[in-house]
Amino acid sequence: MGDAYTPGLTVTPRTTVRKARRLPLAGTVLRAVGDRVAATDVVARTELPGRVHLINLATALGALPDELAGKLAVQPGGALRKGEPLAVARTFFGLFEHVVRSPIDGTLESVSAVTGQAVLREPPVPVEVTAYVDGVVVELLAGEGVVVETEAALIQGIFGLAGEVQAPLVMVATAPDQPLDAGDLTAAHAGKIVVGGGRVTLAAMRRAIELGVAAVIGGGFAYQDVRELLGYDVGVAVTGTEKLGTTLVVTEGFGDIAMARGTFALLQQFDGQPASVCGATQIRAGVIRPEVVVPLTKAVAVADDVPPPGLSVGAPVRCIRAPHFGKLGTIAALPAPLHTMPSETKVRVVEVALADGETITVPRANVEVIER
Amino acid sequence: MTAPASPPPAIDPAAIRSVIATDCGSTTTKAILIERTAAGEYRLTCRGEAPTTVEAPVEDVTRGVVNAVREIQELRGRQFLTDGSAAHPHGADGPAIIRPERDGVGTDLYISTSSAGGGLQMVVAGVVANMTAESATRAALGAGAIVMDALAVNDHRLPHEKIERIRALRPDMILMAGGTDGGTRKHVVAIAELLRAAQPRARLGGTFDLPVIFAGNTAVRADVEAILGGQVALQFVDNLRPTLELEHLAPARDAIHDVFMEHVMAQAPGYAKLMSWADAPIMPTPGAMGLIIKALADRDGVNVVGVDIGGATTDVFSVFDGVFNRTVSANLGMSYSVSNVLAEAGLPDIQRWVPFDLDAAELRDRIGNKMIRPTTIPETLEELKIEQAIAREALRLSFVQHKQFAVRLHGAQQARSIADAFAQGHSDSLVDMMTLDLLVGSGGVLSHAPRRAQSMLMMIDAFQVEGVTEIAVDSIFMMPHLGVLSTIHPAAATEVFEKDCLVRLGTCVAPVGAPHGGGPALTVELRHPDGSTTRETLAVGALKRVALAPDTYADAVLTPARGVDVGAGPGERVERRLRGGEVGLVFDARGRRPMGIPTERAARVAVSAEWSSALALYPS
Repeated sequence: MGDAYTPGLTVTPRTTVRKARRLPLAGTVLRAVGDRVAATDVVARTELPGRVHLINLATALGALPDELAGKLAVQPGGALRKGEPLAVARTFFGLFEHVVRSPIDGTLESVSAVTGQAVLREPPVPVEVTAYVDGVVVELLAGEGVVVETEAALIQGIFGLAGEVQAPLVMVATAPDQPLDAGDLTAAHAGKIVVGGGRVTLAAMRRAIELGVAAVIGGGFAYQDVRELLGYDVGVAVTGTEKLGTTLVVTEGFGDIAMARGTFALLQQFDGQPASVCGATQIRAGVIRPEVVVPLTKAVAVADDVPPPGLSVGAPVRCIRAPHFGKLGTIAALPAPLHTMPSETKVRVVEVALADGETITVPRANVEVIER
Repeated sequence: MTAPASPPPAIDPAAIRSVIATDCGSTTTKAILIERTAAGEYRLTCRGEAPTTVEAPVEDVTRGVVNAVREIQELRGRQFLTDGSAAHPHGADGPAIIRPERDGVGTDLYISTSSAGGGLQMVVAGVVANMTAESATRAALGAGAIVMDALAVNDHRLPHEKIERIRALRPDMILMAGGTDGGTRKHVVAIAELLRAAQPRARLGGTFDLPVIFAGNTAVRADVEAILGGQVALQFVDNLRPTLELEHLAPARDAIHDVFMEHVMAQAPGYAKLMSWADAPIMPTPGAMGLIIKALADRDGVNVVGVDIGGATTDVFSVFDGVFNRTVSANLGMSYSVSNVLAEAGLPDIQRWVPFDLDAAELRDRIGNKMIRPTTIPETLEELKIEQAIAREALRLSFVQHKQFAVRLHGAQQARSIADAFAQGHSDSLVDMMTLDLLVGSGGVLSHAPRRAQSMLMMIDAFQVEGVTEIAVDSIFMMPHLGVLSTIHPAAATEVFEKDCLVRLGTCVAPVGAPHGGGPALTVELRHPDGSTTRETLAVGALKRVALAPDTYADAVLTPARGVDVGAGPGERVERRLRGGEVGLVFDARGRRPMGIPTERAARVAVSAEWSSALALYPS
């Protein structure tokens, strides 16, 4: 199979994280290469075109579309003030006047001589992009933004909800399989990133929102609780724009599942440190993983034994499908022949040595390499 | 109009000894190797697959292609890839496919289809929703696109709502129709003004102008140019609805293919390199599959329904009385979109196909986990049954959408008799299951089902076939590959299609209606290939399988009960030759419109297990 394998989630105590911070439309970049930036610093700014309003002036004035040019009180491109005349029609030798007034402040973009449609646009909406992580600007994206680089611990989750936050990490769970429930949260957690162990209950998530917790990190979350929380099903895993007030990052998957020990231990190392968290997830087309980024302020211990890259013997893997879902181990062998699974599916397999000494045989597609 | 892509060098079909074809799907890149045998026939000899690599950290589609071809290289024991070193003629830019074949190394032809990165995503617009906007939708779908929205003057949305919608969507291109030639000007201009006000932006590549193809009233081109010119990459093609009675989709479809190649593909990660490798234009996967389905229906003069159930989307193709239609259900699929199947079908409709009892919360978690780990495969039998239950609903919902779309032209004048006027239940849909001759399934869950009977029953259940219908599957998902090949080497494509691609599963006989006065639904007399005869009586609710080998036929006399229709009308006898296959003949008297599935949990599980047993679907 060569280097064909399922890329996994990165969980590492130290890596170079580069974040492209782009505007949705071309605008002004406010920082230069080499600038040190804080997570909340604005690095680029632009203005989104304002909302459009359409008025059919021909209908409103009782005129033909090609007669409108002579009836405009404001010419295309001109400024509009709410309530002031936009067009005026006079009838009966000027005795009667029919005035159409602008419903908005903004500009008159165009008036069609074919349809009679006037396009009015509200003032532009300012949009700013922040640095998201503490770091240094290493690249300018002309007219679009910057790339910020930082040395950080990086933990990618598998599913998340809601957007970017920055706050200190607080360990609440003491073990990776300890569920996070509503009773574990107090007012002291407001504005913090709370780390649980196993499943985050729906009650815990609701309590976190109520308290103003910045983010919740846990091993699992019930899929039906996503619907309960949002009021709708997430049919396709594209998230990040939810207005929950609290960001959620799930590290392992849906269900009652413990956080991987390595992930939990890594988060424990950073208890109390500021971190950047984002719940945005996109599984399809241009994958985006939810993440926890902890910029490093001091040296951290990194194991010397760098695992081999890709799907190869000795690589650490996570099983990602029943019946071994959530189990961690290292690749013991990569047999070439096809193997018949209990489902009678014939697949290429991998032998995984688990921590308890057991070796299991699973389809190659059902493991993901834990990237470091 | 944009200049077409520079034509690939002329290919001499007679000189082709080997072909590598890939399909870069949203989840997996599938490669096949076709070789000419000593006897001079083209046959599939090997296949390989690997995860598609359009996402970080790789973000280069050719990596997935190389990985899939490398699997072929290992399995076939022949070299097809360079080692990627600077010393090689193909350069140091990673491994590449070696062409042409020399001394058993490399391949003569490389071709590809693609639906990776979400496929081709389009917005269409027209004046009247069920006339020009519908024709524009058909053109886009026929070209292999996903239609994100169809805008029309009369689509019951306010102008500002349409503008907000256009701004929110970031399509790969827009197809704008509207007006018959010499017809309305004002409404076409109104649509152009909406587009201008919205300032639409392309999905990929922040700096290039969004391609807009205008295929409407030719008399309004100057107006459209004045409104949109300079703001978008505008091109004009022939009107796709020059008169109400005529739909002329080919020019618009061709323009979509050109734009797809030149703009969209060129922006996707690694596609510039992939295009430089390919000997023919890269086609959107569904467009290539449509080619082969239409060719099959035309060649045999039959009504065909084809389905391709993928990870993200499900495509349905139909040809009834020579009229081709394609629909794509953009969010019904078996991996990325699997949770959306749950959302649209609802849990009870999925559970009804699961032949064992399973806690609802656990089922939801399993489906959610498949969505976030889309490349995983069912390892246990229980997981397989759950996936096949979901597949039934994804297929069923996709087909419902298809039937609603595959309709006669609205707006065209039709001669109707008094009898037509009084006819009840008149439907515009072209899809008539009683006249369907062949149902072909493709996509991982159908092509790779461990037992062929599983594929056959999934399709029978999902499509609710009626009367007498042959059923087949794409052996290993290669219909899109052959669709592209058919544009270069039709003979090779046909040969491989018949011999290696299309796996005939058999024939399903499904009576419709309830017997008047009770009793059995159907009596079947069969004359087998060895001359022996058998007689079966099918009770209402029964499901029965009769073995009949591939490429053999049984002569059948089908005698339905009064009130039951098997193709010739209620109670009317039918004599037909039934084609065998890997599964054989399936007699399905479980009822139709709707099928009788118990709603009570224990009864449902029992009846589901009974059906599984009748077709030996799973190991005991």
